[in-house]
Amino acid sequence: MQRFLPIVLIALMLALVAVVRPVAAQDLAATLSGLTDADPKPAIAALNQSGDDKAKAALAALAAGNLYIRISDNAVVIGEKDGEMVVVTNAATGDVEDMLKPEELQAIAVPDDAKSLLGVAAADTQSGPVDFNTAIEGLKADSFADKAKAIAALTALGDARAVPAFQALAAGRLFTRKSDSALVIGAASGNDVALTNAATGEPLGIVAPGEIDPLFVNNNLRNVLREAVGRLGLGSSDPAVRRSAAAALLENPAPEAVALLREAHDKEQNAGVKSVMALSLAATELSDPDKSKRILAIQTLSGAAELRVRSLLQARLSLETDTEVKAALVKAFDRMQTKITLYSYAENFVQGISLGSVLLLAAVGLAITFGVMGVINMAHGEMIMLGAYSAYVTQEIFRALLPPGWIGAYLLAALPVAFLVAAIVGVAIERGIIRFLYGRPLETMLATWGVSLCLQQAVRSIFGATNKEVANPGWMTGAIEVAGGLAVTWNRVYIIIFCFAVLGLIALILKRTSFGLHMRAVTQNRQMAAVMGIPTARVDAMTFALGSGIAGMAGVALSQIGNVSPNLGTIYIVDSFLVVVFGGVGSLMGTLVGALTLGVVNKILEPVAGAVLGKVVVLVCIILFIQKRPRGLFAAKGRSADA
Amino acid sequence: MLDQLQTLARPKPLLDRRGWAVFLAIGFVLIVVVPLLNLLPGRGSMMQVPDYLIPLLGKYACYAILALALDLVWGYAGILSLGHGAFFALGGYAMGMYLMRQIGTRGVYGNPVLPDFMVFLNWKELPWYWMGFDSFPFAMLMVLLAPGLLALVLGWFAFRSRVTGVYISIVTQAMTFALLLAFFRNDMGFGGNNGLTDFKDILGFPIQAPSTRIGLYVVSVIVLGLCFLLCRFVVQSKLGRVLLAVRDAESRVRFLGYSPTAAKLFAFVLSALLAGIAGALYVPQVGIINPSEFSPANSIEIAIWVAVGGRGTLYGAILGGVVINLVKTWLTGAAPELWLFVLGGLFIASTLLFPKGIVGLLGQWRGWRAAKQAYALNEKVPLKEKAAE
Amino acid sequence: MSKFMRTMAVAGAMLGAVAAGTGAQAQDTIKVGVLHSLSGTMAISETTLKDTVLMMVDDLNKKGGLLGKKVEAVVVDPASNWPLFAEKARELISKEKVSVVFGCWTSVSRKSVLPVFEELNSMLFYPVQYEGEESSKNVFYTGAAPNQQAIPAVEYLMSKDGGEVKRWVLAGTDYVYPRTTNKILEAFLKAKGVKQEDIMINYTPFGHSDWQTIVADIKKFGSAGKKTAVVSTINGDANVPFYKELANAGIKASDIPVVAFSVGEEELAGIDTKNLVGHLAAWNYFQSVKGPVNDGFIKQWKTFIKDPKRVTNDPMEATYIGFKMWAQAVAQAGTTNVDAVRQAMYGQKVKAPSGFTAVMNTNHHLSKPVLIGEIRPDGMFNIVWQTKGPVKADAWSKYIPESAKLTADWTFPWVCGNCEKPKYAALAN
Repeated sequence: MQRFLPIVLIALMLALVAVVRPVAAQDLAATLSGLTDADPKPAIAALNQSGDDKAKAALAALAAGNLYIRISDNAVVIGEKDGEMVVVTNAATGDVEDMLKPEELQAIAVPDDAKSLLGVAAADTQSGPVDFNTAIEGLKADSFADKAKAIAALTALGDARAVPAFQALAAGRLFTRKSDSALVIGAASGNDVALTNAATGEPLGIVAPGEIDPLFVNNNLRNVLREAVGRLGLGSSDPAVRRSAAAALLENPAPEAVALLREAHDKEQNAGVKSVMALSLAATELSDPDKSKRILAIQTLSGAAELRVRSLLQARLSLETDTEVKAALVKAFDRMQTKITLYSYAENFVQGISLGSVLLLAAVGLAITFGVMGVINMAHGEMIMLGAYSAYVTQEIFRALLPPGWIGAYLLAALPVAFLVAAIVGVAIERGIIRFLYGRPLETMLATWGVSLCLQQAVRSIFGATNKEVANPGWMTGAIEVAGGLAVTWNRVYIIIFCFAVLGLIALILKRTSFGLHMRAVTQNRQMAAVMGIPTARVDAMTFALGSGIAGMAGVALSQIGNVSPNLGTIYIVDSFLVVVFGGVGSLMGTLVGALTLGVVNKILEPVAGAVLGKVVVLVCIILFIQKRPRGLFAAKGRSADA
Repeated sequence: MLDQLQTLARPKPLLDRRGWAVFLAIGFVLIVVVPLLNLLPGRGSMMQVPDYLIPLLGKYACYAILALALDLVWGYAGILSLGHGAFFALGGYAMGMYLMRQIGTRGVYGNPVLPDFMVFLNWKELPWYWMGFDSFPFAMLMVLLAPGLLALVLGWFAFRSRVTGVYISIVTQAMTFALLLAFFRNDMGFGGNNGLTDFKDILGFPIQAPSTRIGLYVVSVIVLGLCFLLCRFVVQSKLGRVLLAVRDAESRVRFLGYSPTAAKLFAFVLSALLAGIAGALYVPQVGIINPSEFSPANSIEIAIWVAVGGRGTLYGAILGGVVINLVKTWLTGAAPELWLFVLGGLFIASTLLFPKGIVGLLGQWRGWRAAKQAYALNEKVPLKEKAAE
Repeated sequence: MSKFMRTMAVAGAMLGAVAAGTGAQAQDTIKVGVLHSLSGTMAISETTLKDTVLMMVDDLNKKGGLLGKKVEAVVVDPASNWPLFAEKARELISKEKVSVVFGCWTSVSRKSVLPVFEELNSMLFYPVQYEGEESSKNVFYTGAAPNQQAIPAVEYLMSKDGGEVKRWVLAGTDYVYPRTTNKILEAFLKAKGVKQEDIMINYTPFGHSDWQTIVADIKKFGSAGKKTAVVSTINGDANVPFYKELANAGIKASDIPVVAFSVGEEELAGIDTKNLVGHLAAWNYFQSVKGPVNDGFIKQWKTFIKDPKRVTNDPMEATYIGFKMWAQAVAQAGTTNVDAVRQAMYGQKVKAPSGFTAVMNTNHHLSKPVLIGEIRPDGMFNIVWQTKGPVKADAWSKYIPESAKLTADWTFPWVCGNCEKPKYAALAN
């Protein structure tokens, strides 16, 4: 008998659950269906009294107009809009049941006289004036809406102490400490985080990242924060903070901030900050009821040919009713427009040069191995890839071994590393394979294609097939704003400089060193050079090493703008050959002019024809051009040219 | 002296007697024995050629035609085209367009005229360049015309202005790259990246039926044989010798009064036509044609087949095309992580160790054996010198 | 000519050898085909999925296998080459006799193998988000359809939390998925009252690496005084240079947010995300989801791959769901017979790492939740919005007129992937 006892007990319990649960739910369901009666008041009263959570939820939904009848089975359900569909919760059981289209539901309306009965909890009571320390604690709230409330409360206090916390929150650097849930600001310190008290700013020591929980914001809150920082930061003692505060107000010109801004503007001593404040002030005055003030503001603003200023004016133009002000706006527009058009031409050109320099960097190593030595090196792209991976490895070593302050220098260290790695692999290829194939250029293509496949697969086996992260060091991030709207990113500026430096270096080696002399001699006439005592085999190896090494350095540079993956090389190989051939095989000058021409033409065509068609047009132009000049832009002359 | 010249001038026979014997024997095996072995023995019997091998063999046959086409221009006229994939793909697209039109209302949207991707892009009517592709003869004409015309125009420009060597390689590569980008565009009306797919039937035969597959395979093999004979005829003729002369010393040929431009152009266009035919046979057997066929890497790979097989021999190209793809099929299944090493190593080894390709290997081996015999006969003759001969 | 004869003879012999070398093999294991590129351009994304399937197979075997048999994964490399996909699929099904195939990434690879699977009546699980407009009897689609990704994301950006966006840049790679998604979004935006001049559509080629012009254009488009957002369907490889350009050009998420449908944790692992904080992605799963199933999934992955730095992502979760469902369906059907397993698949439920229960519908697509995340500095996503429950995938979009009238339902009386009326309507009455 004892053996059955547990079973009997369980059966009993199951039966109990089965009986009790449906009964409770059925009761509720019955009451709920009373809501659809002509007079729902008794049902509402019954639900109000029951004190059941589900009943409360149903009433809240009824008050909000979210209570429905499901047409298919007449059940009373709570619906929550979710996109085009409605998520349906059974009001009686509280279970999410399905997602329906709105037409599958019928809303339950409440007669006016029953509305008073819907005693839903009153709106959040306005808490009295709060002090700074209480208000800042509000930032710890979970929901974005509560955080927004806390920010508003802090802004209302007008206390500039909130600025660091706001900035940290926007940047994702505001945390709660797990041990005491204190609000702290964190700054990276190596692999750990240095904490400061968010309210007082006192340092709290360094902890591991696991000991703190980040507070999250969304984009909407970031905008709220930026505006708040703008308002609060105007009174700061640091000119940089005042400047960024004024700039923040330019983007979110709030009429409430005018007085604050004017006061700050009048007090301001620093000329730079003052001019930014003047712009922001003008922006806030754009909507001033006084016409003359508006015109004055427009005139101030029209001096700055910046896109965001123009967008401000544009927004105003759509609202403006006064004809005189409108005329002023249009005039200001014209003045800005000519500048902006000019800038956009300049921008196209700069972008073209930048693209050209990328092509040049990728091709310049090939110009040596292919142009000078006549080796069709299909593994050239893989040399670039090896360079990029060298940059990755150097970065990882810097991260692991050196203090965090050094990380910015990894890129400089990566250049010689990449050069060496690629050069050594290059020498290995030359000594192991290519030297047996001189004079058979098309067969070097075949063999180096094999090398290229092997290198790709080797890198894939070692580092994995996924992209590797190579960070831009601090000095390479961001852009310089030459003038309004015309911005050139730092990484591209450095690449342009770097590419010309490399080209200069190669020219120097070729023209000014004995190795360069030997190289040119071997290129022009191998036998004669050998007779003159030049060690041709060594010169070959060195030349190939130089070409490969430069490709490796190019890889470091290209890792700053693109992917670092095993396929990196295949992206550049076709373009590289085109550049070298277009420029004229064997001519460095040709490669330079070829790359820059292709870059600029491509960028001029892109806005007109689109990225794809633009490139197709460029390719067709190259094909036609080679018909005209079968040996490229800068054709090599003399006996060697026909070999 | 004159006698000798006359012998040279007389056209050589297409194949000698043993050659014909081998040609017909292989043809018999591939056209009669293989299909019979597929059809007759019971399922799973040891003798049966499994179903999945038939389209695979058909595919190899297409690759072999393609390799043959490249060998004609590279091996004989010295033009290394890195754009033969483009001619292949154009032929394929012409066939694909015919097959798309055959789908009729069986597409997912059930439009009787427009292919699915056009319905989907909201196109209201068939673009002009799709007109006529519902007719098989017209499509076949386009299979020849599209690659042929492209080759004619490009070749005429290039050979007239004496673009040679590496430059012609890069020009053809730029051509295929430009076509790749253009065909990727959905606005071109060729199905963009997805290309043309979901074919239903060809000339009324359902494309997935085993019998159709065998038919396509047999046709591919027959076409391969005919293409081989055609190429053989060209290279054995007087024109073939002019081509060889152009390859070895173009300027001299010109000074002797021949027009290298015309000879090269003929070879280039003929080769493009063969590549187009290969593409047209390839598409119904693999069931898809898409822009990646235009990718420069594909064209380089064709050159590698020819080089590994042995360029300037025709049958070497066929062998290279089949062997490399066989190796690829086998290794991508057997050693998915390592196959690139093997393939890459094979390319390196073939250039270094047997520069005349697989067919040259036999000669090399014979030379080596002769040297060994000679060495055995007369130990005073150093091995190295003999081998060098 | 004897050279020729011999070489041809050798070739013939080799062909013969291949033809003969394929006998029947004993069926003491259940074979699972893995058709993911391990080399070529797609290897970046697909290698991870191959490892995921291997992990799942390993896990299943540790739990005692399936139907009392060991499960064996057969890995092949289609090398990012579409015709090779078809060839390898045929090889897996006909030669290796696999019971099911997990594989493909990008629609073109799926379209390439589709006829093979239909001809040989086998089963494919496709784990990547795609454009919809397809429902094959032989494919189960475990990735998102456009209504599970794109539309919720746009709705979020229109909401107050998303910043009440009024102006839209639809930027994509020029292939079918972005074209469809953008077409659906354009129709949707216009239905919501967005004017044509407030929509900018831009297509770029695969692997586009120079984004200067487009990023500058976006900046200009975004400075017209209305809140602007970018909806990006830019494909894998091109994303890194795009985001690098974006970050350096100083486009902040609070000014012009970018919401991407192809950028997940794995893609972010290749980018320095410090300057991308706040940009968005919409998926059905993020690694940062909190829950026991996800914790287990992440731990299992990190242990299997032996690298604590590796991340999980949405297509991996889709593979996980697909594999679990298949195993459950096989157990339920008691056989690996494709037709029986297919029947058992309908309604199959799996507790997904996303924290919800994913259900296989009769249109061969899943019901999954939609999550929207903001990029965090550590390369993870901070989930800012999610649907209340799972959303059922539409195989056919209702925003494309030709497709709106089609229904995919593989159960009676429809039994059809693209029908306007049930196939067995007569029988049903």
